Amino acid sequence: MCLGIPMQIIQINGKEAAAEAGGVKKSIRLDLLEGCKTGDYVLIHTGFAIEKLDEREALETLELIRQVYNAGVHQRFDSKKK
Amino acid sequence: MSSNSILQSIHDPAIMKPLADALGKHVLKQPLAIMHVCGTHEHAIAKAGIRSILPEGLRLIAGPGCPVCVCPSHDIDLAIGAAMRDGVILTTFGDMFRVPSINSSLEMVKAKGRAVRVVYSPMDAVRIARDNPFKEVIFVAVGFETTAGPIAATLAADPPRNFTIIPSLRLIPPALTFLLERAGSALNGFILPGHVSTVLGRRGYLFLETGYGMPGVIAGFEPLDILRAIIDLVNQAENGMPARVVNLYKRVVTENGNRKARESIYRVFEPVDASWRGIGVIPESGLSLRSEFEHLDAVRKLGLEPFAESVDVMPGCICHLVILGDAEPEECPLFGTVCTPRKPTGPCMVSSEGTCRARYQYRRV
Repeated sequence: MCLGIPMQIIQINGKEAAAEAGGVKKSIRLDLLEGCKTGDYVLIHTGFAIEKLDEREALETLELIRQVYNAGVHQRFDSKKK
Repeated sequence: MSSNSILQSIHDPAIMKPLADALGKHVLKQPLAIMHVCGTHEHAIAKAGIRSILPEGLRLIAGPGCPVCVCPSHDIDLAIGAAMRDGVILTTFGDMFRVPSINSSLEMVKAKGRAVRVVYSPMDAVRIARDNPFKEVIFVAVGFETTAGPIAATLAADPPRNFTIIPSLRLIPPALTFLLERAGSALNGFILPGHVSTVLGRRGYLFLETGYGMPGVIAGFEPLDILRAIIDLVNQAENGMPARVVNLYKRVVTENGNRKARESIYRVFEPVDASWRGIGVIPESGLSLRSEFEHLDAVRKLGLEPFAESVDVMPGCICHLVILGDAEPEECPLFGTVCTPRKPTGPCMVSSEGTCRARYQYRRV
């Protein structure tokens, strides 16, 4: 339930912002976090940024998501061939 | 080992294996019981098969860490009752949708043609309220500290007049206190919930050290995070030093936590004694709307009342024992036979974070 997704802030408009992860863009809220800047990586829970992440550490998780995604795509291609 | 070097190698089996081997071969000085209180931890533990590599005598207990599982049927019945009314759109997180009450669920209510909508964020529920000004839009506010922040921020951001909530939020520290003080408690340490800890910070758990001499480790959700937490807790239990609360999830959790989130929560809510499904009332463990925000309480506004027959523990179900770690899911005669994710009897089989659900899903790992 307390799932958190790391995303990167790409645009800020007051308490609202656009964030991106793995090509997926979402509108998020910044009510619970002070001093957010474009380019920051934040942990998103139920549409709200709840904590900032170290950029290097966020990239690590995003890379993992990409790997899982790519693995999933390849699997689908394999099953189509069969 | 620094948190950065752990991260670089967090998915590296070469790092993972020696740790797992060392833990598995360790001979305990005495039997130990470690409890986590987080559904996401249980999911990760079951998925990675971590229990299968633990040394003999080390029990890893899933405590009350799934907000959906501990939501009393009283509150589910309030939501079902609200959804049955004309002119209401009931909104809920997906986890709550299928939780059974004695003779219904929100899913069954929706199947009868009532307006029940699953949302990802409380702000989505507000959007539905703005789009439907002539409907009463009610959001079932379930969750721990992590979720209480966003819900409080939503309520403080001037939602429309036709938006209300059914408050059913719960707090983790009072539950830890309850677990330590109840009769027969024999725990040797807690794995502390990673994302609840973003709000509380390490300081939020210092009462474990000072009040109970109980070790705790804040852990992330990778198998390596959980292994490190277990190893730290075993070391603490065996080295005879004073108990410490350790933060092993520093890439996300800070010493002081998220002050702004805590301020948001306590601006809108105040602590109140609250019932946990199958456990009973835990003092100051729930959140009730402050008087300035009472108009946002659907129970009050619509005069919602629970059904007379609200039942927390379904006949034959042992979810209440599983939630406290007093029984393993496999000890339940209904587990995997009558009670499955497709047709759950108790709440622990419903949410993907419920102990029974995680154990069922990964039962061959």
